[in-house]
Amino acid sequence: MGYLGGFAVTIRKFFGHDTDSGRVVTKAYRAGQGGKSDEKRTKALRLHGRHVLNRYEDGMEKCIGCELCAGVCPARCIYVRGADNDPDDPTSPGERFGFVYEINYLRCIHCDLCVEACPTEAITESKLFEFSFTNRDDAIYTKAELVVDDDGMPKKLPWEDWREGDDLNTSAWMRATAPAGDADFEGIVAWAGELGYGVRAPEGGQPAERAAAEARAHDHTDDHGGGHH
Amino acid sequence: MLALDPLLTGDVGWWPEVAIVVIKVVLAFVALLVAVMAMIWFERKIHADMTNRIGPNLAGPFGIFQTLADGIKFFFKEDLMPRRADPLVFRLAPYLSLIPAFITFVVIPLGGRFDGDRQGVIKLPGFHKETLLQVADPHVGILLVLAMSSIAVYGVMLAGWSSGSKYPLLGGVRATAQMISYEAGLGLAVLAVLLRTGSLSTNAIVAHQSGWNWNLWMTLFVPFVVFLIAITAEMNRPPFDLVEAEQELIGGFHTEYSSIRFALFFLSEFMNVVTMSAIIVTLFFGGPDGPSFGPDWLRALLPTVWFLAKLIVFLFLFVSFRATLPRLRYDQLMDLGWKAMIPLALGWFLLLVTVRIAADNDWNPFATVAVIVAGFAAGGLMLRKAIRTSAARRAAEEVAI
Repeated sequence: MGYLGGFAVTIRKFFGHDTDSGRVVTKAYRAGQGGKSDEKRTKALRLHGRHVLNRYEDGMEKCIGCELCAGVCPARCIYVRGADNDPDDPTSPGERFGFVYEINYLRCIHCDLCVEACPTEAITESKLFEFSFTNRDDAIYTKAELVVDDDGMPKKLPWEDWREGDDLNTSAWMRATAPAGDADFEGIVAWAGELGYGVRAPEGGQPAERAAAEARAHDHTDDHGGGHH
Repeated sequence: MLALDPLLTGDVGWWPEVAIVVIKVVLAFVALLVAVMAMIWFERKIHADMTNRIGPNLAGPFGIFQTLADGIKFFFKEDLMPRRADPLVFRLAPYLSLIPAFITFVVIPLGGRFDGDRQGVIKLPGFHKETLLQVADPHVGILLVLAMSSIAVYGVMLAGWSSGSKYPLLGGVRATAQMISYEAGLGLAVLAVLLRTGSLSTNAIVAHQSGWNWNLWMTLFVPFVVFLIAITAEMNRPPFDLVEAEQELIGGFHTEYSSIRFALFFLSEFMNVVTMSAIIVTLFFGGPDGPSFGPDWLRALLPTVWFLAKLIVFLFLFVSFRATLPRLRYDQLMDLGWKAMIPLALGWFLLLVTVRIAADNDWNPFATVAVIVAGFAAGGLMLRKAIRTSAARRAAEEVAI
């Protein structure tokens, strides 16, 4: 009676959306073009969206033009050129700063490797992916568009659909694995967060599971007398 | 005369007879197009409801103009033709699948009173003429339906062949095998109805069912089930949509089609759903037959209402098929067609023949039933034995290889 059971499911769905196996999940997102309801879905904590170039609280840019992001980028979509700071009016603390910084969003795959490579936490990814352009020039974001404004908020370009709260989590990034590969640092925030917001609570490792796994491994070694060593 | 449009029995002149026929043709054409547009919207909406989605909701109230918007979009899209395609056949194929869907619709009685001895004849108020509420009532009505559903195969097959591309070709090959296989079961299921009515005319079939003598129970349900399954396969609807199986063949026979030609294929698919649902209603559910009450104008209107109600039930059924059933594998499709549908339909036809002869000759009903049961058991066992033997041989061959 498998087939008839299947019909029961679809008919139940049809007559009442509130069944135990789920309800209508579609949100009426209309890209800000009006209509009765226009809402975005809640995004995943680790979602990778369009980048921002961060600044320190005193307004200095974090980017030092080291080009590590460009080097690590698998899609080759980042173009960076560094230049020496003017000692009297430095753009960033230190010797050099990012003179040219461009990201081509027709190529970017939002893998977040640039963020992991950055030594100064200058580039991070926001949660915004609702941006589309009608020509290729708009697809290449230059430094003017990427650097955050004086409040540390991303610049809102006309073809981007920012909503309230979308810009709050631009730095909400935390290394998924411990920076040095040391398991003891799992679940510890490896992020400065000097913008004053955006750093979320650490995800608390898996101590219980790890202990259990270690215990199992230990038993395993005991059983076989560590024969393979 | 068992059934013939009374409009065309006496003198036939340009006015009003031919004019009435032309009006009927135009009305049926428009009604069918509107019905298809409504059907596409209906299917998308119901299917969305069954799968936790919303469905089209932007174009017009409840998204009812979505089909119109899609149609306009298709008109303005670029029309591509592969370089290796056969230009003439490539252009012809969409019409080969669209036009049969239209022609099938002309034999369907859409209303008219069949109670008493009325035979569905209605009086046209302005013209002082009598006619049937169907575009044409040829004596070969059901044969026309079968012929058109066969021609529709050519549309799919030629589309697959003429594209000059591998996926469409595979889809076309599948289409020929599948549609021809199920056509046999389809024809045998229809035979049961024809046996009862004694006429191929759709009007006569409907008239014969009036007063709740629906073929559904008069032929004991089985031909209806066979017909429903076979017609689903004929239309390439899920779960028999191997012809266009997206996961395997991209788009199947219409992979290389774009723009309005693609839209024609889509249109004909949904038009087939509407016309074939109407055929099911006509053959098994008494067509416009139903309770009749109230004043004369209501009595004249009600049959059409009943017809539409039954039609919508079947449209809903086809949508729920699509939402529920997973696609069959190709060997399952062939097994179902050849080893289940055809023997069942054939056996049931023989059963109905036996019952009828027994009733005519006053045979002992118990003996008749006993013989029928014995015959069915023997046939079923032989069929099972044959299937198992061939399966065992195939297995042995595979081992040998």
